[in-house]
Amino acid sequence: MTAATMKPRTAARRWWIYAPMTLLAVFFLFPIVFMVTASLKTDHQIFADMDSLRAFLPVGEIGLANYAAVFERVPFWRFLANSVFVTACVTAFGLVVNSMCGYALARMRWKGRAVVFGFIIATLILPFDTTIVPMVYLVANLPWIGFEGLRPVLEIGWLNTYHVQIIPFIVNAFAIFLFAQYFSSLPKGLEEAAAMDGAGWLRTYWRIIVPLSKPVFATVTILTVVTSPATWNAYLWPLMTVQSEELRPVMVGVQYFFQLDTDWGEVMAYISMITIPMVAVFIAFQRAFIRSIAGAGMKD
Amino acid sequence: MAIARTGKIPAPGSARVAERRSSAATARTRRGGGDFQRNEQRAARAFALPGIILLLLFVIGPAVVSLAMSFTNARLISPTAPEFIGLDNFRRAFTEDALFGESIGNTFLFAALVVPIQGGLGLVLALLVNQKIAGRNFFRTVYFLPVITSMVVISLLWRFLYQEDGLVNSALSMLTAGAYAGQAWLSNPSTAMGAIVVMSVWQGVGFHMVIWLAGLQAIPEEVYEAGELDGATPWQRFWRITLPLLKPTSVFVLITITIAAMSLFVQVDIMTDGGPLGSTSTIVYQIVQKGFQQQQIGYAAALSLIFFCIVLAMALVQRRLTRERDQP
Amino acid sequence: MQRRELMKLAAASGGAALAGPALAACSSGGSSDGTLLLWTHTAGNDAELGVTDQIIEAFNAGQDAYTAERESFPQDAYNDTVNAAALSGDLPDLLTVDGPNVPNWAWAGHLRPLDVPSETTDKFLPTTLGVFQDQLYSVGHWEAACSIFARESVLEAAQVRIPTMDEPWSREEFDEALERIAADTGHRWAIDLSTADIGEWYPYAFSPFLQSFGGDLLDRTTYLSAEGALNGPEALAWGQWFQRLFAEGLANPESPIGAEEFLQGDAAMTYMGNWGALQAMEQFDDVLFLPPPDLGTGPRIGGGSWQWAPTSAADAEGANAWMETALADEFVAEFANRTGLIPATEAAAELTEHYGPDGDLRMMMDYSRAYAVLRPETPAYAVIASVFTQYAGDIIHGGDVQQTLDAAVAEIDADIEANAGYGF
Repeated sequence: MTAATMKPRTAARRWWIYAPMTLLAVFFLFPIVFMVTASLKTDHQIFADMDSLRAFLPVGEIGLANYAAVFERVPFWRFLANSVFVTACVTAFGLVVNSMCGYALARMRWKGRAVVFGFIIATLILPFDTTIVPMVYLVANLPWIGFEGLRPVLEIGWLNTYHVQIIPFIVNAFAIFLFAQYFSSLPKGLEEAAAMDGAGWLRTYWRIIVPLSKPVFATVTILTVVTSPATWNAYLWPLMTVQSEELRPVMVGVQYFFQLDTDWGEVMAYISMITIPMVAVFIAFQRAFIRSIAGAGMKD
Repeated sequence: MAIARTGKIPAPGSARVAERRSSAATARTRRGGGDFQRNEQRAARAFALPGIILLLLFVIGPAVVSLAMSFTNARLISPTAPEFIGLDNFRRAFTEDALFGESIGNTFLFAALVVPIQGGLGLVLALLVNQKIAGRNFFRTVYFLPVITSMVVISLLWRFLYQEDGLVNSALSMLTAGAYAGQAWLSNPSTAMGAIVVMSVWQGVGFHMVIWLAGLQAIPEEVYEAGELDGATPWQRFWRITLPLLKPTSVFVLITITIAAMSLFVQVDIMTDGGPLGSTSTIVYQIVQKGFQQQQIGYAAALSLIFFCIVLAMALVQRRLTRERDQP
Repeated sequence: MQRRELMKLAAASGGAALAGPALAACSSGGSSDGTLLLWTHTAGNDAELGVTDQIIEAFNAGQDAYTAERESFPQDAYNDTVNAAALSGDLPDLLTVDGPNVPNWAWAGHLRPLDVPSETTDKFLPTTLGVFQDQLYSVGHWEAACSIFARESVLEAAQVRIPTMDEPWSREEFDEALERIAADTGHRWAIDLSTADIGEWYPYAFSPFLQSFGGDLLDRTTYLSAEGALNGPEALAWGQWFQRLFAEGLANPESPIGAEEFLQGDAAMTYMGNWGALQAMEQFDDVLFLPPPDLGTGPRIGGGSWQWAPTSAADAEGANAWMETALADEFVAEFANRTGLIPATEAAAELTEHYGPDGDLRMMMDYSRAYAVLRPETPAYAVIASVFTQYAGDIIHGGDVQQTLDAAVAEIDADIEANAGYGF
């Protein structure tokens, strides 16, 4: 580890390491501290404190009234459950579909491979906003097998469902690219060794490749949960394809506070509440992530 | 054949793949081959199929429709059918729409600033939190916090912070003991883009810190030990050992930041609406503005196509550059 | 209709395969099983939702043929929600629509003409009726009116005359008042214009100043061009006047949404809608709601707010029946009582606390009747609003006024031409 060689040996040395790190921490924390303290204040107090250090301190008229108001205005638990469900599905299905596709591209020989890879790279560039209109039209006309009791029925249109929020976002060109890149860096000969033992492709993939590739699975998970416009941050798509309030995700709820007049304290309370689960995911996840990388360090 | 194909993968280590593949081929021959190869073909298609189907349906399909629309006067809503108008939309984009030209410039400016700043600061942060010191997990989490806060929310917050009597000015005035008077950062055409750059780096850098960190931790310790034996200073070790070994990571960081930077939209939409005087208008902002606000979806599709071509060209250039450096 | 056009397009472009199942689907959201689906833009706004729910309850209890249900959406992306629903054939039976969008949605085929007796609608303020090409599409329960919020004590301290409807401030007087207030009182800004509110606020709040100067967003004799109206000498005078407010530091180019600067005491006055009036009265005990200045052709304010309209997918009878229930004076009054907005009928005004003959917000009704101008009633309004917002922003930030206005005109005219005049 590089760290071993840089171990702080003296108090002065420690000072030189912690001082910049703490300054940076302040820089990264201050808007978030502002958000949380503002969530405890009335609007009048927020604006009155805006130009001084008081903005970061829970001073003046403070209380949890904004949090109570959030529950009155938004079906918070419902939205939260929807977002957790959609995010979990997009991430889980995405890991399977994208990693298998990446595996086929990186380590198997087949006709059409080059063409497919070229297309995938090209689609990396398309921002979602530019194709959203044809997408709406498409999902409104896709078939789906629904059930009336136990009898399966063919339904047309995916609007107003969970799956319209999930299926279109499972495949992710960027994730495929990451998987392919990582798999191609694994040592050669893994498949041959497995084949000698009589393992098929699927088993090889599942028993040998996946366990060796924890870091890339971890990276793609963070990437999907945190940055995909279809998971925790989903906003415009659900508003265009999901009409029922019961199916809406958390980010749509933010706009419930920007109606005729805006209550900033409630906005801050709500966004603090929807940010906390992400912080929890990261803290829990960060350890596994670092550990899996440390484990993978042995691979070469 | 195999080498030519693997050459398409713009990843470091592709040479290794080629190597592996040729030796795999030998192994296959030994096992008496044809069946296995057919099996591999079939297995590969089965592996890739779900991804390909979803990609065709939800990414390429809509993109093709969008491509077709770029040659029409299609409206978001309208009682009349779209008509084919040839290259009119493109002529308009390049000759009449001055703001679009400006937006291309702004987008490049943003990318040119954000890519090095965010990439570099991310590496610095990664080096800091890679030390074996108490509290490093705390610092990692703190630096990563903005990434997990929604960009919409972050933009709303920073809009407050950048006001004339906002916290950024209060902080600057405190640091300079009152010498600095402060200004409304987002309403001045010469500072608005800079303000968005700072805020975007602040939001995104934690993510790249984690990526750099992953790269740093993948470097085996023995490499450094060897360096230490040679009597290299920490600074030399960083330049001669760490940095070259981070090359694969840096390609990844470069690509991710570039793509995100070229798609700049949310910050602009919430903080400045493209103003003041068009100084923060970007390509994607214009696409959304024209397609949704002004309902000119055909024209927006044409702008999307132009955007696609620009980024594709950049990607090809980047790939060419990183490839050349691959070769000894 | 829209579906079919896009279908052709998809087919022409080889995208037919992916949209294939569309041929089988022709369902629409408006249902025929006796359920009336209502969409509102008021998610999270309990006051307005509460009244809507009262109407629904009364309607469902009053007859057996239909059951009304509502779904509410956030206002921010409401137009996108509705346009997407129209695109996918999923419109509800009735929806709320912002007044200036009525022509655009009627033209696109989202809305169906409203068929209620004229005795019901005659008593409504004219600006609460959504009309496109002589056809009524929508009716609103309430209207809003902007006025100048100011504190009596501040005006007195600055020795500024308090204007009346009979004698509003002239342009010179208004300018002088702003300067004197800025100089003589301790306020950072003379007037708060809530410039950070980008939605519909710019055309709604600022284009009436332009109209008071004698300019307009569009030449309303033809509805085919903005030439002359938006870039003539009157418009130029407006632009220069408006720009000066910011250039001379009388108003903040970055003032937060919702008159916050005024409420905080940072700005001496604000130009604000009456939905902010109750809060202002709570904050200050001497707040006045003054008529806007006469900048040349008389004071002007924006008219036309959110209204109810049946959609093209609606069950016509059910939708009309619902509208008749909804437009009763008691509900009009209820909206005004809960939200502080202006009741759309005189009879309802009598029933309200603030808008009765002696009500403390009565003047808002007078302002609305006397000064309200509708935004141009054309499908081109979607483009006009977006273009005006962008270029008014440029003027605020110091752009060359004539060049800016010319560019705005060019964009608006090009769009009208590209749409063959939108039927005018």
